[in-house]
Amino acid sequence: MKKKLGAVRILVYGILILYAITTLVPFLWALSSSFKTLQEIVGGTINFIPKQFTLDNYKQIFIEQELFPRWMFNSIFIAVIGTALNLLFNSMAGYALARLRFPGKKAVFITILAVLMIPAQVTMIPNYLILKELGWLNSYQGMIVPAMINATFIFMMRQFFINFPKELEEAAEMDGLSKLGTFFKIVIPLARPALAAQAIFVFMGSWNDFMRPLIVMTDIEMFTLPLGLNTFKGQYVSYWNYIMAASMVFTLPVLLIYAFFNRYFIKGISFTGGK
Amino acid sequence: MKSLSRRALRESGQGYLFMSPALFVLLLFIIGPIFYVIFLSFHKVQLLGGASYDFVAFDNFARILDDTRAQIALWNTFKYVVIVVPCQTILALILAATLNAGMKGQSVFRIIYFLPTLTSSAVLTLIFMWMYNKNGLINNMLDAIGLPTYNFLGDPDIALNAIMIMNIWSTAPFFMVIYLAALQDIPDSLYEAAELDGASTIQKFMKITVPHLRPVTSFVAIMGLIGTFQLFDQSYIFSGGSGGPDNSTLTVVLLVYQYAFKNLGTMGYAAALVLMLAIVILVATLIQRKFSKEESLY
Repeated sequence: MKKKLGAVRILVYGILILYAITTLVPFLWALSSSFKTLQEIVGGTINFIPKQFTLDNYKQIFIEQELFPRWMFNSIFIAVIGTALNLLFNSMAGYALARLRFPGKKAVFITILAVLMIPAQVTMIPNYLILKELGWLNSYQGMIVPAMINATFIFMMRQFFINFPKELEEAAEMDGLSKLGTFFKIVIPLARPALAAQAIFVFMGSWNDFMRPLIVMTDIEMFTLPLGLNTFKGQYVSYWNYIMAASMVFTLPVLLIYAFFNRYFIKGISFTGGK
Repeated sequence: MKSLSRRALRESGQGYLFMSPALFVLLLFIIGPIFYVIFLSFHKVQLLGGASYDFVAFDNFARILDDTRAQIALWNTFKYVVIVVPCQTILALILAATLNAGMKGQSVFRIIYFLPTLTSSAVLTLIFMWMYNKNGLINNMLDAIGLPTYNFLGDPDIALNAIMIMNIWSTAPFFMVIYLAALQDIPDSLYEAAELDGASTIQKFMKITVPHLRPVTSFVAIMGLIGTFQLFDQSYIFSGGSGGPDNSTLTVVLLVYQYAFKNLGTMGYAAALVLMLAIVILVATLIQRKFSKEESLY
């Protein structure tokens, strides 16, 4: 009995470690390539520690390639503003659906549930035409406004507020606070965990999005990082050292966010998925 | 009575006020566009100069039947879905079960496994292209242990498989987290009872864990279906937007993109294609749902 348990244990550890290696190798390889010289890169060896450690690749992308910082700014700007608006508007909508009575509420709720099932590509062609008509192609608002709400998170916030004790809000209202006041002073501060999970996912979604900026942004100055990186590839066909350095810079912010908010991630996934 | 209705009126006003940003985006960028895309699919759209829309009835849909590239794209997408969804689901389940086995260092493994899910598809695709390179890491490793090497990027027979491997690897950990949450809900008493009956670890996994996770598996499969049918970023970056080599990485969404934004005068046709894709996804989801419902009867 004991011997068998040991065998299972070894098998389980074997799987865990093997998969951990499979996961880490691509990242370590990319990271090490970003510190290698071009000669070493084209040499085609499989050493993970650079023979000649260099920071030139990073210098190159930030200094010589003056568009890179601009792409980074675009990505940050769109993701930060977009996330802030999402937090505000999704909570407001979720709160209204959970707590307030108004005609058509049920219809709105069903519509939001239905929207969850529609693939984003269906709306991509008409949205392009609408943005074109508005003169919003190639602009920040063209990226931010259509994505400033998210049906998934409206739904999530509604579920959150439905399970939220009503007494606090009623007490605040007794004290003469308006609905708007109650919402911002009482409800929002208490919803922080739900908001944190949401913020991470909306930010990452925007940061990593490839297709929408590809359609909306046409000038190279307006590109976000994923698009910039892709043109980078075209421009520096065989300079994989630069491309890997840029990829690492692009990935770092998300890793930092993950490191800080690890617990909200898991919670967020079980919020949006699981149930 | 009067004050009550005034109160109700005020609450309605507040309700609409709170909903207004969401309603605005919903109507202008989601609901409106759904009707618009249906309208477009029945028209030939010309965008040069002033936009013109000529009604062509079902011509755009009929054209799909004559379009070899559409058939290739559909076939590629189908192959991709059929292979990737089961693989990533099973891998996610195995990873979750092993992570849940009460080993030391679980949280470290979990953090490592999660890396690909955090990283953007653009970065992942570039890293893999760098490794798939003719004399890149993967071929070097294959060579070192005496296995045949491949031209992953240039060989039409291999390119789509290369994308499949990468995506199974990067998506499975996301579903693993969903499975992990679900594993917490299986009562320990079931396992204890099975142990008393002398069940092995594998038996416990197959007879208790897998059946209990069936609803979650169904959810994971549906999410996987929806996600894989929409494959775009990886194909686009991999092939530089062309779907090559020799159309081997051409997916339906990439084809829609090409017809809508790269070719002139085919936007209506692209609308028809994307509607067809949406219907395919809907039908696949319904079949999967029905399938898993029947399964749970046992």
